[in-house]
Amino acid sequence: MFRFVARRLLQIIPVLLVIITATFFMVRFVPGGPFTAEKAIPPEIMKNLEAHYGLDQPLWRQYFTYLGQIARGDLGPSFKYSNRTVNEIIAQKLPVSLELGGWAMLIALGLGLPLGVFAAARHNTWLDYVCSAVGMIGICVPTFVLGPLLALFFGIYLQWLNVSGWYGPTDRILPGLTLGFVYAAYIMRLTRGGMLEVLNQDFIRTARAKGASETRIIFRHALRGGLLPVVSFLGPAIAGILTGSFVIETIFQIPGLGREFVNSAFNRDYTLVLGTVILYAGLLVFMNLVVDVMQVWLNPRLKFE
Amino acid sequence: MNSPSIQPVAPAIEPGHSPWADAWHRLQKNRLAVIGGGVLVVLALACTFGPLLSAYSYEEQNLSNSFAPPGTAHWLGTDQLGRDLLVRLLYGGRISLGVGLCATFVALTIGVVYGAVAGYLGGRTDAVMMRLVDIIYALPFTIFVILLMVFFGRNIVLLFVAIGAVEWLTMARIVRGQVMTLKKMEFIEAARSLGFGNRRIIFRHLLPNLLGPVIVYTTLTIPAVMLLEAFLSFLGLGVQPPMSSWGTLIKDGAEKMEEYWWLLIFPGTIFSLTLFSLNFLGDGLRDALDVRAAKD
Repeated sequence: MFRFVARRLLQIIPVLLVIITATFFMVRFVPGGPFTAEKAIPPEIMKNLEAHYGLDQPLWRQYFTYLGQIARGDLGPSFKYSNRTVNEIIAQKLPVSLELGGWAMLIALGLGLPLGVFAAARHNTWLDYVCSAVGMIGICVPTFVLGPLLALFFGIYLQWLNVSGWYGPTDRILPGLTLGFVYAAYIMRLTRGGMLEVLNQDFIRTARAKGASETRIIFRHALRGGLLPVVSFLGPAIAGILTGSFVIETIFQIPGLGREFVNSAFNRDYTLVLGTVILYAGLLVFMNLVVDVMQVWLNPRLKFE
Repeated sequence: MNSPSIQPVAPAIEPGHSPWADAWHRLQKNRLAVIGGGVLVVLALACTFGPLLSAYSYEEQNLSNSFAPPGTAHWLGTDQLGRDLLVRLLYGGRISLGVGLCATFVALTIGVVYGAVAGYLGGRTDAVMMRLVDIIYALPFTIFVILLMVFFGRNIVLLFVAIGAVEWLTMARIVRGQVMTLKKMEFIEAARSLGFGNRRIIFRHLLPNLLGPVIVYTTLTIPAVMLLEAFLSFLGLGVQPPMSSWGTLIKDGAEKMEEYWWLLIFPGTIFSLTLFSLNFLGDGLRDALDVRAAKD
């Protein structure tokens, strides 16, 4: 297992390198630059600015300088926020996005898993139908409809929660719920499907024949196999929650990294765009590795290779 | 010479059911799928012909009548510029459905060809091609689409291509899996022994047999694509005014929902309804064509 993880970690490096290179050159070949403003900057000042940020160097040299910087863990200065480095901005904004994502994941799993298991255990009863209907709603009502609706109902109509902002603990409820609900729906469907498939297998019949209780069958025998599809979904789910937070942060006015990323792209803040992309990509590739390890751990038929 | 003339006798064979007729039968029994299909047809017709029949146009402003609530003059009310919401909704539907179809077509073409080639050639080529898919799969591709849309102007053709480029991966995987099973079957061997080239075998013999899973997955890709378009439009990166897609209408509605609820409720409902219909139809088709593992 150690060799498996080590090798996969090594594979991350070329993948990240491709991402960095692609983003670096894409950003540079785009019309407009970080200092193109409505009011034209005098050419001398422009020259100084470009020299200050190393933009007057040939592109390939900038590229290698940047790679060297990253290797030391330095993402460079922001072009838009003078006197602030990308590292500082990320350090300030990332925790907010991570917390939002964490709540969403918690809600997704906390809601999706039990509902899925219930639905499978009570297959073809009204409970199953209710759960499946909720799942369908979650998949078909997108976050940017659900979010405003929840804000309208709980924030404006009932006045229980704030419509937007990120201050007290209650401000976590609506964004977390909105972002998590879609994934809860998917997880519920996958759990239900996985459990139903396992519950039809011979070893479950054997367990039943031996007189094991239904609870024991579900939790001791079926759950482990039934969760496999959920685990392989976690990779895409994490990716979705990361990018989904862009919309949630916009709806609920949350000062997270997602909103910052979209703004930085508009502002042509080269270093901030690159820094965020690298961070997101790295996080994602790493989480996929974790998911792969979990998959093998749950399914003895797979081996670490 | 008097031998009785031979009368052509109608063959007494029961009219056979083709697998497609069977599937069609099964689909018709699935009530949710039928309703979904019906809703889609109605919506498509309404979006195509509705704007032609209306007294208002999607960009006609009437500032003295802004934020009119739903009523007899404007069935679904008006927006901040006094534009009729119903017409904008129908017009937006053209764009949303159009983007859904076109981008799905892009994804479909890339995915099917890529998957079929990888699965058919097998061996090293397949390993390399699928490894590439794995890598792309692991990338935060939505982020790249956002970058593309921000940087290279928000034109609608780019939108198709960008979305199509994201959504082809699953299709490629499904098609490859199918091709791997199919190519070991006897009729492919027969085709090969007749000396047909790879291209002919792939396009004439393999692809028609892939139709089932491809149809099912296409129906399920359309809602995914429409969601992505609406997601981009919501961030202000999709369709630009004065054109409207459902995504942009929802965005506008969400900003003004506190006083003017209809601006959010109607676009949100129509959009969700479309996604429901597509998903039910897709699920129904999957059951009818008996395709496993097309989704989930």
